[in-house]
Amino acid sequence: MIDKTKISPNKFIETYTTMVRIRQFEDRVYLLFLEGEMPGTIHLYQGQEAVAAAVCANLRREDLITSTHRPHGHAIAKGVSLRSLMAELFAKKTGCCEAKGGSMHMGDMDVGMLPAIAIVGGGIPVATGLALASKMMHSGKVAVSFFGDGATSEGAFHEAVNMGAIWNLPVVYVCENNLYGASTHQSKVMKIKNVAERASSYGIPGKVVDGNDVFSVYEVAKEAISRARKGKGPTLLECKTYRRGGHSRSDACRYRGKEEEKVWLAKDPIPQARKKLVQLGVLTEKKAKEIEEKVKKEIKDAIEYARRSPSPEPEDTLVNVFVGGEN
Amino acid sequence: MRRLSVAEAVREAIAEEMRQNEKVFCIGEDIGIEGGFGGAFGVTQGLSEEFGHQRILDTPIAEAGIAGVAIGAAIMGMRPIADVQYGDFIFVAMDQLINNAAKLRYLSKGKIKVPLVMRIPVGVSGRGTQHAQSLESLLSHIPGLKIVCPSTPYDAKGLLKSAIRDDNPVMVFEHKLLYGATGRKEALDVSMDVPKEEYLIPIGRADVKREGKDITIVGLLKTVHTALTAAKRLKKEGIELEVIDPRTLVPLDEETILKSVKKTGRIIIIQEDNLFSGWGAEVISLVTEKIFDYLDAPPKRIGPPATPVPFAPVMEKYYVPDEEDLIKEVAKIMG
Ligand SMILES: Cc1ncc(C[n+]2csc(CCOP(=O)(O)OP(=O)(O)O)c2C)c(N)n1
Ligand SMILES: [Mg+2]
Repeated sequence: MIDKTKISPNKFIETYTTMVRIRQFEDRVYLLFLEGEMPGTIHLYQGQEAVAAAVCANLRREDLITSTHRPHGHAIAKGVSLRSLMAELFAKKTGCCEAKGGSMHMGDMDVGMLPAIAIVGGGIPVATGLALASKMMHSGKVAVSFFGDGATSEGAFHEAVNMGAIWNLPVVYVCENNLYGASTHQSKVMKIKNVAERASSYGIPGKVVDGNDVFSVYEVAKEAISRARKGKGPTLLECKTYRRGGHSRSDACRYRGKEEEKVWLAKDPIPQARKKLVQLGVLTEKKAKEIEEKVKKEIKDAIEYARRSPSPEPEDTLVNVFVGGEN
Repeated sequence: MRRLSVAEAVREAIAEEMRQNEKVFCIGEDIGIEGGFGGAFGVTQGLSEEFGHQRILDTPIAEAGIAGVAIGAAIMGMRPIADVQYGDFIFVAMDQLINNAAKLRYLSKGKIKVPLVMRIPVGVSGRGTQHAQSLESLLSHIPGLKIVCPSTPYDAKGLLKSAIRDDNPVMVFEHKLLYGATGRKEALDVSMDVPKEEYLIPIGRADVKREGKDITIVGLLKTVHTALTAAKRLKKEGIELEVIDPRTLVPLDEETILKSVKKTGRIIIIQEDNLFSGWGAEVISLVTEKIFDYLDAPPKRIGPPATPVPFAPVMEKYYVPDEEDLIKEVAKIMG
């Protein structure tokens, strides 16, 4: 249940706006990509917006996140500028990785997001290490690792969550269970129903939450993050969700059942959130329209910025390999 | 004969071997899912229909597990063809490959055989740092692993069949831009006639991809094609490149390389893999140690800068050695 007293109306609106921002960004990027304006590949986040938005709404700027091959939503929610994200996708010098990374490596240390790690499971130990440093340095920072259901089959997941658990580290493990790792359904790769059940083998709390309900995610994320910050150790959050599109750029999802798709696509997190906010009297349809218009402008601005930004020089390849010198 | 792409040739090799020997099976991520991709590059597309899901075995995302499980099955006499989607993910499986696949025979008084094939797609293809690395030199550093790197559909089929029949662990590197239709703009079309009749190519034999008298060029995987393109252009200027494709790094066909350099007196290596401690350095050591006196010019290596692979096309182009780079070096050496 939504308890209005627990979240301020401003926070509601802010979190909702983040979801809208992610959705519009991804919808535009998809088209730009099809039109051939962006090189490489993309893994889009439509359908999972409630997770990134609600988790990051509970983080401070100096808190840290790690992300995956599907990082656009996390980057937007953590506050990486739309301009630098769009520029990265356009392979421009002004991109958040100076065009070294592209879609799969978005991040910005200025707002607490490591360059996304595209090796499945690879970010989970690193996030645990960020949390270890926070504990050792008494910095009060919390680390959040976002990863998919598929990633929990990697050894890295097991090794890292166990370490986070035994040392009571200020880290939250957020599993976005969208039912598939690429084309492979969850039921083919694990015998349990909920990834969160794995938490018990590390002796930490595991929570299953409707990942398409931004309010539910907000509640459990808030609790897990404050628990972590108080030194009580990690939580494994499993957010049940669904990607609205393909795994990557050219995937027609022929491995997904039509019935399953129908059920899940009807559970779009954004209209659902809007409806509730209107019911609560926090949002009006008029205000919702305004938010959409505002975000549309932001994205237009980001695209224009990306288009007029310079490309990197070929020799920029050589920069930032080592600390203290170019090779 | 009919024209096949590398992906089709590899698929055919797998299917033929699976038909002939029921111990052969495939294990990897997203390789046999209905409505799925047939692996990251479509190579196993359609195989689960013929062979079923017991022999086209889809796994969790767990490369250490894939490699280790394949090694265990191989020890018992199965003949696994394991698959990683991109070579860069092989790092997750490194312990199993290096500490187990390469060593258990040595430790078992020779009682154990590990007839494992690991298929590893490598090379730059517009995907940035963690989907682009070339790993053939790295794994060639480990005694106990055979290293195969086919550059054409004909070689890919014949060598993979030999790899599957080999009683040793064989790492088969395939270049992403050589597979055929992968939706990548930069992909090369290297499709060619491949015989329908069965054939094998022995592991450890290089191939002279083009004869020429002036300079020996040694390339591997995609850079074989870079060298061939450069050779075509230089022919117009009266320079004849001899293009050697080692095809396998371990074991290395020293004889073919030495014979060529004895003829031309000059050698240039073109490699996409990192230069430092790379396979090209090995080839040049071989030449200078064994036939130094035949050299008319210092040997030369062309390769990427010592950096990770950048994403932006302009930087990527700078990174990957191409025919322009090679032609420039040829001009310098020919004076
Ligand atoms: C170590 C590793 N293995 C395989 C891949 C290829 N790959 C990229 S995304 C993906 C599926 C990941 O599934 P999941 O963790 O559920 O995340 P989702 O894509 O659903 O967001 C796979 C297999 C990879 N990037 N890294
Ligand atoms: Mg998933």
